[in-house]
Amino acid sequence: MSPAQNNTIPAKAYAVFADDSPFKVFDFERRTPRVDDVVIRIHYCGICHSDIHHVYNEWKKETYPLVPGHEITGVVEQVGSSVKHFSVGDHVGVGCVVDTCLKCEPCKKHKEQHCPDVCYTYGSTELDKVTPTHGGYSNLVTVKEHFVCKIPNNLPLDAAAPLLCAGITTYSPLRQYNVGKDSRIGVVGLGGLGHMGVKLGAAMGAHVTVISTSESKRNDAIKLGAKAFLVSKDKEQMKTAANSLDLIIDTVSAPHDVNALIDLLKFEGVYCLVGAPPKPLEIGAFPLIMKRPIITGSNIGGMKETQEMLDFCGKHNIVCDIEKIQATPETIKTAYDRTVKSDVKYRFVLDMLNAFK
Amino acid sequence: MTSKQAAANTPSPISIAAKGYAVDSESTPFKLFNFERRMPAADDVVIRIHYCGICHSDIHQVYNEWHSSKYPMVPGHEITGVVEQVGSSVKGFRVGDHAGVGCMVDSCRKCATCKKDIEQVCGDLCLTYNSTELDKVTPTYGGYSNLITVKEHFVCKIPKNLPLDAAAPLLCAGITTYSPLRRYKVDKHTQLGIVGLGGLGHIGVKLGAAMGAHVTVISTSESKRDDAMKLGAKVFIVSKDDEQMKTVANSLDLIIDTVSAPHDVGPLLNLLKFEGVYCVVGAPTKPLEVGAFTLLMKRPTITGSGIGGMKETQEMLDFCGKHNITCDIEKIDATPETIKAAYDRTVKADVKYRFVLDILNAFK
Repeated sequence: MSPAQNNTIPAKAYAVFADDSPFKVFDFERRTPRVDDVVIRIHYCGICHSDIHHVYNEWKKETYPLVPGHEITGVVEQVGSSVKHFSVGDHVGVGCVVDTCLKCEPCKKHKEQHCPDVCYTYGSTELDKVTPTHGGYSNLVTVKEHFVCKIPNNLPLDAAAPLLCAGITTYSPLRQYNVGKDSRIGVVGLGGLGHMGVKLGAAMGAHVTVISTSESKRNDAIKLGAKAFLVSKDKEQMKTAANSLDLIIDTVSAPHDVNALIDLLKFEGVYCLVGAPPKPLEIGAFPLIMKRPIITGSNIGGMKETQEMLDFCGKHNIVCDIEKIQATPETIKTAYDRTVKSDVKYRFVLDMLNAFK
Repeated sequence: MTSKQAAANTPSPISIAAKGYAVDSESTPFKLFNFERRMPAADDVVIRIHYCGICHSDIHQVYNEWHSSKYPMVPGHEITGVVEQVGSSVKGFRVGDHAGVGCMVDSCRKCATCKKDIEQVCGDLCLTYNSTELDKVTPTYGGYSNLITVKEHFVCKIPKNLPLDAAAPLLCAGITTYSPLRRYKVDKHTQLGIVGLGGLGHIGVKLGAAMGAHVTVISTSESKRDDAMKLGAKVFIVSKDDEQMKTVANSLDLIIDTVSAPHDVGPLLNLLKFEGVYCVVGAPTKPLEVGAFTLLMKRPTITGSGIGGMKETQEMLDFCGKHNITCDIEKIDATPETIKAAYDRTVKADVKYRFVLDILNAFK
């Protein structure tokens, strides 16, 4: 297929056109590469729970047509003339951010996700505030070099795809709070984010406790690298771990009791939310006064840290546990339904290379 | 028998008679309470109490609002006075020294937290009142009394230039606001917010300003503006005024929230810079409600603080001595009636900014 006129490349995607309509094939255009752009043939895209929130307009700000997908891996097909770090044929990934101003304080401190002009990979606009961005449920994407990462050659592209969101989202707070072999950490929830938190924390040498609502996840937690497992609704089990954790990463987006988790923290321990529950957290003042914990949140990571995370995964041979599926409107719908019920170990990954045939 | 022999045959007293004001239950008035303080052990200091601040915690506990009150209760943990006796191995105090006692009178002194000078977290912490000594049996009675015997480690020196009455509330309100200001390294580069202008809030403003910070006071009431400026604030905003709140949005490094009445935390978090710190020192009984998006996008530190260890309490007093900082107080006689009236006014925030009981002249 030859490049179309008007500096664009034809592309195909699956898009939704309203919050209650099914996915359909969407013919659209990606820009031809500017001097600092990389054009990527998309091989795989992970289904992140955020995709589902956006598609169903749960955060109430959506514009349509919407092409979700921000856990993208593929192969470089073209590079702009001033691209330094990528060549045709490289294995690469794109996460949640495709552009920022690169000049403000957060950008300079490598926290591009906090740039006031952040351009998300989908459901957003480019820096011109007009051109919509479309995500990875498509066959091709053109991205500024700065926002592309190398996937280590030893990591399979399919199982590496969810690292671009789930991976960095759990890696970032583990690094920020200096997790190492002396750390006792808790990971709340064993889904897409949680299972990566366990693998990464264990690889950093930490003693990992998984806190879950469901006893049935115990064996999986231990296989993933956890040393202990607590059922959150079992007060006796929770008491055994009171005041024992340096850091808790909370991946759960369903409403849940945060005070019971704060009870598990040591004095001045850290509770870091990475899930997105729609209702506010209720935090008692007394535990804050007595225990002086740090209650905070974290949100993906900057580009430097994302590359560092991928390199760490390459070194430790860490990828996600995935269920790879064909990419059709029907399979996406089924995967969404199962994700919402937590019926997946632990991320669906769409085979985009073989889609649109 | 000579008088010397008679004296040798008389058993030494094992306690010292003391007087206090106590309540017998959550719904009965203060009454005179005759009780005993221990004779000083080798490491004890006996203090003639001159003044005791009325802390809002006294009110919460007298009325059993925290559901952990034991009676009879003699409240009071903002105590200043003069050393009257010292035990034989006491090194840091002499008779006549100006001394203060805060919220703690003992701890195990052996655990990791005691060794790190954060005794307030010790599992065996003994509070100054409504608690027990290390034996877990002997009740502790606080500063609404004329005398107290305290282990040397838990007594502080009051700098000579600070009047004992106005210094008394430093022992709780002072250390409670000082500790997070130091933990979060407040200095001349800091944009600091203080929420609430009461006992804690007013001393938070003084201490923050003395550390060089730019202080913004956030209050529900316009009427406190002039006072806030006089105390050292540079900016004053009314929390219910959206326009005023907007002028301070995303500008503060640290907020110390002293308010114990229920209030919305979300609008306060909006005042923080990215990765700013919000620290609760007031004790609202309702939980704080914090939105997930605020945590993910602004990534604040939400935390709390309560009093401070003994080392830090002495450091705070020395800082106040150096900068001539004491509390703004309303000194009152100590009688059951005046205490009740003071409690009623404190609950209505009708005091600038702490009542202090004149204990020296009580019980006459």
